[in-house]
Amino acid sequence: MALSYLRSSSSRSANLLRPLSSAASLRRPISTDTTPITIETSVPFTSHQCEAPSRSVETNPSELLTFFRDMALMRRMEIAADSLYKAKLIRGFCHLYDGQEAVAVGMEAAITKKDCIITAYRDHCTFVGRGGTLLEVFAELMGRQAGCSKGKGGSMHFYKKDSNFYGGHGIVGAQVPLGCGLAFAQKYSKDESVTFALYGDGAANQGQLFEALNISALWDLPAILVCENNHYGMGTAEWRAAKSPAYYKRGDYVPGLKVDGMDALAVKQACKFAKEHALKNGPIILEMDTYRYHGHSMSDPGSTYRTRDEISGVRQERDPIERVRKLILSHDLATEKELKDIEKEVRKEVDDAIAQAKESPMPEPSELFSNVYAKGLGAESFGADRKELRATLA
Amino acid sequence: MLGVVRQKMLGQSLPKIRPVVSVLRSYSSAAKQMTVRDSLNSALDEEMSADPKVFLMGEEVGEYQGAYKISKGLLEKYGPERVRDTPITEAGFAGIGVGAAYYGLKPVVEFMTFNFSMQAIDHIINSAAKSNYMSAGQMSVPIVFRGPNGAAAGVGAQHSQCYAAWYASCPGLKVLTPYSSEDARGLLKAAIRDPDPVVFLENELLYGESFPVSDEVLDSSFCLPIGKAKIERVGRDVTITAFSRMVGHALKAAEILEKDGIDAEVINLRSIRPLDRSTINASVRKTNRLVTVEEGFPQHGVGAEICASVVEESFAYLDAPVERIAGADIPMPYAANLERLAVPQVEDIVRAAKRACYRSVPLAAAA
Repeated sequence: MALSYLRSSSSRSANLLRPLSSAASLRRPISTDTTPITIETSVPFTSHQCEAPSRSVETNPSELLTFFRDMALMRRMEIAADSLYKAKLIRGFCHLYDGQEAVAVGMEAAITKKDCIITAYRDHCTFVGRGGTLLEVFAELMGRQAGCSKGKGGSMHFYKKDSNFYGGHGIVGAQVPLGCGLAFAQKYSKDESVTFALYGDGAANQGQLFEALNISALWDLPAILVCENNHYGMGTAEWRAAKSPAYYKRGDYVPGLKVDGMDALAVKQACKFAKEHALKNGPIILEMDTYRYHGHSMSDPGSTYRTRDEISGVRQERDPIERVRKLILSHDLATEKELKDIEKEVRKEVDDAIAQAKESPMPEPSELFSNVYAKGLGAESFGADRKELRATLA
Repeated sequence: MLGVVRQKMLGQSLPKIRPVVSVLRSYSSAAKQMTVRDSLNSALDEEMSADPKVFLMGEEVGEYQGAYKISKGLLEKYGPERVRDTPITEAGFAGIGVGAAYYGLKPVVEFMTFNFSMQAIDHIINSAAKSNYMSAGQMSVPIVFRGPNGAAAGVGAQHSQCYAAWYASCPGLKVLTPYSSEDARGLLKAAIRDPDPVVFLENELLYGESFPVSDEVLDSSFCLPIGKAKIERVGRDVTITAFSRMVGHALKAAEILEKDGIDAEVINLRSIRPLDRSTINASVRKTNRLVTVEEGFPQHGVGAEICASVVEESFAYLDAPVERIAGADIPMPYAANLERLAVPQVEDIVRAAKRACYRSVPLAAAA
């Protein structure tokens, strides 16, 4: 395999081999090779009320290596969060995304930061995909000042407005009308951008989703509803919650596409297709067939309603990182050792971020009263004992 | 003449209005009159004209000209992009409004009555009110939720609830309750300009009432401060707090009390959150007696909060227990006589004020 590359353009192979072969550098640069490669998605797309895009996806070595690195980072981050939670450094809710990384990563590859993303509470990786840092993630999870919400939000309330990431929402399904509102504003402002509103198979039955979809279709809003179907709404399997678990069809008059959510390239293709569609024709639904390895949250072992065989089966057959690893190796874009090195680097990045986050202090007590309003007007607010603790809101 | 003036005034800038008003002045000494409906309409019009990010959304706000004609003429003037008729789906369109506010637009979301806001209350509280705090200031929500609140006439239990206490208990919201036309204009303009979510509680029975409005009020830059109550009537003997329609009742009660030698101070709260505790307490420290009046259910109501505030801050100044007048502690009945018993009447306020002054029956010596 390697020989065939040496035979071809020497400058390209030099490009490929030079940076990757230098083992000395601490921070290995990801290949910048953007020579197009065409790869077929794992399965063809299934469509509803529209013509499915081709299953041949254009990518390149740089993108595939970025996918690998980003997903490996997200995977490590979530597993580290698991440990921190068990060590009681993270409190309350913690909903982990490991297994679903391809959705976050494939989506980002198809869109820009002018497009908006809004999701529910399983938001750590989506936040990182939008440009959030590991420090902001871990510090927020531990309730520290360096957190993306300065410790005031917690796991479910990550936001990054400067990259058009609108959270991070704790109420199941509420983010869908909010996302359609973002799309409304984009159209109103003539921004030529779209909104991806993500929700789970559990939220897919929410009435407000259909209310918002109806309005979006009436008003031709550039809204893309993305059902991250990991097949379990908390502990309830999809077939127990939905009379019709064909979520991509639930839009009725709104077109839909069913996508292998464990295949980052399929996700990318679908999102690219959806964006073009939404800008011209209004809302569309994408159903991402995905899977979460963890339970619903840290208080759920995830095995009372599904078998360990099922979980390990998915890990064996469909893991998104393994899929990209095989692609990279089979196309000779990197060696196994190089990929393992990337994983080691990523692990170190995560460990460093955790160490830094632990150094970050908890918020000052005065922060209790900050940001209640954008404009406080000098109104008063009170602590538990108002004669002891009161503040004027700025 | 007055009718012509009113039509000309809507949607036009001040320079055109002034000469007409001064002509009026030369004919009579009465100030210009304006209905609450026209006040709200003109405020919406002016704010939409001043800021292209402001848009109106709700059931029947466009082609129907508004269920209560508050948005009359706005569709024609601003077009269907900015005046949006929605389906009857409060949860959906309230959420869409909040999402638009996240992005930076300034939505005015109308609920046909606030009874229907309960369908959307999760978006008002969890999506709007709390977002600025949870995001440590990244996500401000410059939205206004407005519509008629409280009892109308004969509309029954499901269409008569007052939501002031519920919304005003929630940190992150601002809750306003206009009474007069001046209130309606000034507070709605302030609400639309404010960067935080505002719940703007109007009252259907006030829409048709006329109030005098000065030149200052008619100016397109007119704005009232949020969080400040207005002393509608200065008095010495007892403080009566009220908001929305009950301010009118309180003023009528004050006229009756005056004949009995009780000089009541009437405070129009205007803002339930932030609540102007300092104006209320300053008044009670002067009069030493307090009657709170509201239309809504008594338990955990606005009067309960005012009473607690006065007990905490001005206990030594109270010469009598605080009196509360509120809607009856029952779902609103339909029959006219029962409805009358379920809503505060002027005589209820008079009676409570006299009790606060220890004068529920004339003293034998005074009789």
